[in-house]
Amino acid sequence: MSTPNNTAKAYTGTPTSRVDGRAKVTGAAKYAGDFNAGGLAYGAVVEATIARGRIARIDAGEALRVPGVLDVITHENRPRVADSDEAWRDDLAPEDGSPFRPLYDDAVKFNQQPIALVLAEEWEIARYAASLVRVDYEKQPFVTDVYRRRDDAIVVEKPDKLRGDAAKAFAAAEVRHEADYFIPTEHHNPMELFATTAMWEAGGPLTVYDKTQGVQNVQQFLCGVFEKKPNEIRVISPYVGGAFGAGLRPQYQVVLAVMGALKLQRSVRLVLTRQQMYGLGYRPATIERLALGARRDGTLDAITHEAVGTTSQFEEFSRNDTGWSALLYASPNARYEHRVAHLDVPTSCDMRAPGAATGVYALESAMDELAVALKMDPVELRLRCYSERDQNEDLPYTSKRLRECYREGAAAFGWDRRKPEPRAMRDGKALVGWGMASGVWEALQVPVAVRIAMTANGHAEVSCAASDIGTGTYTIMAQVAADSLGLPIENITIHLADSTLPSAPVEGGSWMAASACHAVIATAGEVRSELLRRAKLMKGSPLADAVEEDVTLSDGKLVSRRQTDRGVSISDIMRHAAMERIEKEKTNEFAQDKAHARNTHSAVFVEVKVDEELGVVRVTRVVSAVAAGRVLNPKTARSQVMGAVVGGIGMALHEETIYDHGLGRIINHDIAEYHVPVNADIHDIEVIFVDEPDALINPLGMKGLGEIGIVGVAAAVANAVYHATGVRVRDLPITLDKVLGRRQAA
Amino acid sequence: MIPFQYTKASDVADAVRLIAANGGAKFIAGGTNLLDLMKDNVERPTTLIDISRLPLNSVEETASGGLRIGALVPNADLAWHPLIEKRYPLLSSAILAGASQQLRNMASTGGNLLQRTRCAYFYDTATPCNKRQPGSGCSAVNGVNRGHAILGASTSCIATHPSDMCVALAALDATVHVTGAKGARAIPFADFHRLPGDTPHIDTNLAPDEIITAIEVPAKGFATHYSYLKIRDRMSYAFALVSVAAALEIKNGTIEEARLALGGVAHKPWRDAGAEAALRGQPAEDASFARAADLLLRDARPQAHNDFKVDLARRAIIRTLTQAAHGTPQSQSNKTIQ
Repeated sequence: MSTPNNTAKAYTGTPTSRVDGRAKVTGAAKYAGDFNAGGLAYGAVVEATIARGRIARIDAGEALRVPGVLDVITHENRPRVADSDEAWRDDLAPEDGSPFRPLYDDAVKFNQQPIALVLAEEWEIARYAASLVRVDYEKQPFVTDVYRRRDDAIVVEKPDKLRGDAAKAFAAAEVRHEADYFIPTEHHNPMELFATTAMWEAGGPLTVYDKTQGVQNVQQFLCGVFEKKPNEIRVISPYVGGAFGAGLRPQYQVVLAVMGALKLQRSVRLVLTRQQMYGLGYRPATIERLALGARRDGTLDAITHEAVGTTSQFEEFSRNDTGWSALLYASPNARYEHRVAHLDVPTSCDMRAPGAATGVYALESAMDELAVALKMDPVELRLRCYSERDQNEDLPYTSKRLRECYREGAAAFGWDRRKPEPRAMRDGKALVGWGMASGVWEALQVPVAVRIAMTANGHAEVSCAASDIGTGTYTIMAQVAADSLGLPIENITIHLADSTLPSAPVEGGSWMAASACHAVIATAGEVRSELLRRAKLMKGSPLADAVEEDVTLSDGKLVSRRQTDRGVSISDIMRHAAMERIEKEKTNEFAQDKAHARNTHSAVFVEVKVDEELGVVRVTRVVSAVAAGRVLNPKTARSQVMGAVVGGIGMALHEETIYDHGLGRIINHDIAEYHVPVNADIHDIEVIFVDEPDALINPLGMKGLGEIGIVGVAAAVANAVYHATGVRVRDLPITLDKVLGRRQAA
Repeated sequence: MIPFQYTKASDVADAVRLIAANGGAKFIAGGTNLLDLMKDNVERPTTLIDISRLPLNSVEETASGGLRIGALVPNADLAWHPLIEKRYPLLSSAILAGASQQLRNMASTGGNLLQRTRCAYFYDTATPCNKRQPGSGCSAVNGVNRGHAILGASTSCIATHPSDMCVALAALDATVHVTGAKGARAIPFADFHRLPGDTPHIDTNLAPDEIITAIEVPAKGFATHYSYLKIRDRMSYAFALVSVAAALEIKNGTIEEARLALGGVAHKPWRDAGAEAALRGQPAEDASFARAADLLLRDARPQAHNDFKVDLARRAIIRTLTQAAHGTPQSQSNKTIQ
């Protein structure tokens, strides 16, 4: 047998190094801010310093007198832009509201809002001149604290029909747990700064190099905003230095860079500073309320999950946050409701596992507290509530191996040696705590088109507009292409993230790997069909009688599956057909299967050691057992999950965008003061991929891995801290003052 | 960042001449703090006088048995200098607790003393700050002040000094050698940094036309019983919530000499003569350490968000003195607190 999926030398399923690794470590990989053009002008942004109000006067006189300054664009002199919300609404824009329009008018809607763009011959000149732009404001009252708007928040999500009566069941439950949890605002802080280089060419299209997770989304957005035809703007983003969701929607710097290029009729580069990136989207500060009612045997009677998230005054962004609680565990009564508070801040946005990272943190913390109340092992409680079906839709899953995640994770961690009582385990002076949590995310798929151009010398170019945001899309597509075309991976060239390439939506939601690889297989099938059609025409063709299902591509040849020595080389077929290249394009076709639920799951086990006197918490061990279908590249997949675990540790212990609510301003707007974990904070992380065959989801049996690794981690850490210390910290991050019991929730 | 002139000083006298002649000038050595401040428009020097090539980069033994450390010795070189590691391991340890390898490679000894506070409001020109703009008010007093001072603060300013190295130098009774237009002088370390009072914009008693040439540490190095413990929100690359430098001389279980300095709690490295005196002659044990901690913190006044710091400081003092007494100083490379 010689199918792409089970040849001895298959790339898929084999740990494979990144095909773009060398370009990245040698600096050959170019990012949005790296592209050069003749006569390049540089932009610098002036930001608002009030949270809400109106620009009464903006004076660029002094800035314009600085030698080398080319222009200062404000709402008073900007180029024409579209004035309908529809034109400003990108693919990821919330349905409700009016998207933010930089430099549109005199309204200030949030602190750090861009209010002017200085353009100059050099970046240093632009930046200096930006400091000379004088602004007078008419200030208005503002609110940036979600707790102050908790009672005014608007319902954005609740189930269509109620499942039982959760309130009544809770009141009657034998064992109850009810508490509030809090996740502060977090910013993505990708390593690469947001940047755009807009290449202006007289009479030609505008070529825009942008840091984005979706070039076609940005291209269509820019065409709408600047009222251009599709062929007048091209967006390219070959490499992205991390985004974590921050690059899903077009950010304001791309609008400003294009504005500058159109106004100056010159190429313009605009790179935001790290501080300015705190004026972009963020993971919304969210108040979560959980109420769990159970029987003494550990089965759930009632789940209530209510959340209040954060959005701007002008758009209503939210993601499924509370629905996870009703989905995951069996309970006859369940109610969830998500509300958002409109605050004088930018619109919140997706950040790795949006909604689940927050909602499941609260759920899994509450489940741990319930286990304590029941005097039951936390894993055992989850097994008692285990659901074989999606509890919201009452559907079977295409696959769900969460039980195996618990089992394999617990075994690798040594969970059976856990002493149930808090403060029962020690290592010298340190209290030791073991905590766990479940994780859940969606296994989404989207339509992605892929073009393959194969040449007679056995090379193939695979093209798609999808982005690789650092997750390994280039590599996994090369693996699948190599196997399905029967070529060595070195002969595969992947072209991504150019808006002129075959269409793909934004890279996010963990949907790209499965969708793009599926599209590669589909397109490779078209190439194979074409080759077979040609091969059959050859005189004395060994494949004269073969039908499509009988043949495969292997070692540069089209061969019979049953008899692999019966075949014709690709080069012979193409020479015989007088073809230099075969070019095919196809979109993945996946069934709109309404009869199954599609999810990934995980079980996270965490060990913390806590210095009891000083309150210092260290996460010394993590075992993350993930069930996410078939893993095509165990090497990049492991890195993906490890990175997500580090992100989860950061969420648990470090990350917090700190507002001064009196000023309505973020005060830790740099990565010295906005803490993410450093090397010294990270110890052992073990990743287990549970075998999860899935014959239903797609031909590869593949789900995505981008988000599942972070879900549940913060809860597992919080639960471990409780187990170590007996102190339950319900508001993140778990800093030492909270562990010492000296600071209450905000 | 504003445009500025750049000039190099040929020797110390030239540096003094240049700075005296130009009121808007600043010295630059490693620039690890100054350049950040310039990018944020907090510091706006008209001229940068580059002193990085002046011959102030040696560590020499003094006649009285101490060491004279040139002001331009990089922090990393100092931390790993054989004489420092052997005779003043407290200083070495404190340096390694701070910043990152890259920053320590660039940062100079003299520059470390002149770091500005990391108070977030000081760095944000959109907010009032008496230290940045005298008379504009203090945003931190009624703002977010979890990281701020609990000792020696004023109504004008509650910022803390960010250095780790200075905490060890304070404990070691170092002397700062400076040269200015009026000649050279020596400033005891305790007198070098100031409390904020109503002039928080003046961090130190270094005159505007003076340059630091050297730091001298006396013979007594406390190489047997010392420890530097830094408590922060992550295990590396964060400023101290509280840090403690402890140095003891112990004979037959009795403390003969004691030094105790705190970082992260005040506008300057904090020492308390009374607390140190209370340790002398006492057994090297928890009860003595706790008494000293209580004495040192008797006048602590926490801000709205940092009352935890008082208790944390007390616990950290006891822990650090214990580490010092046991001869088990805190490691700065292990990913743990001992």
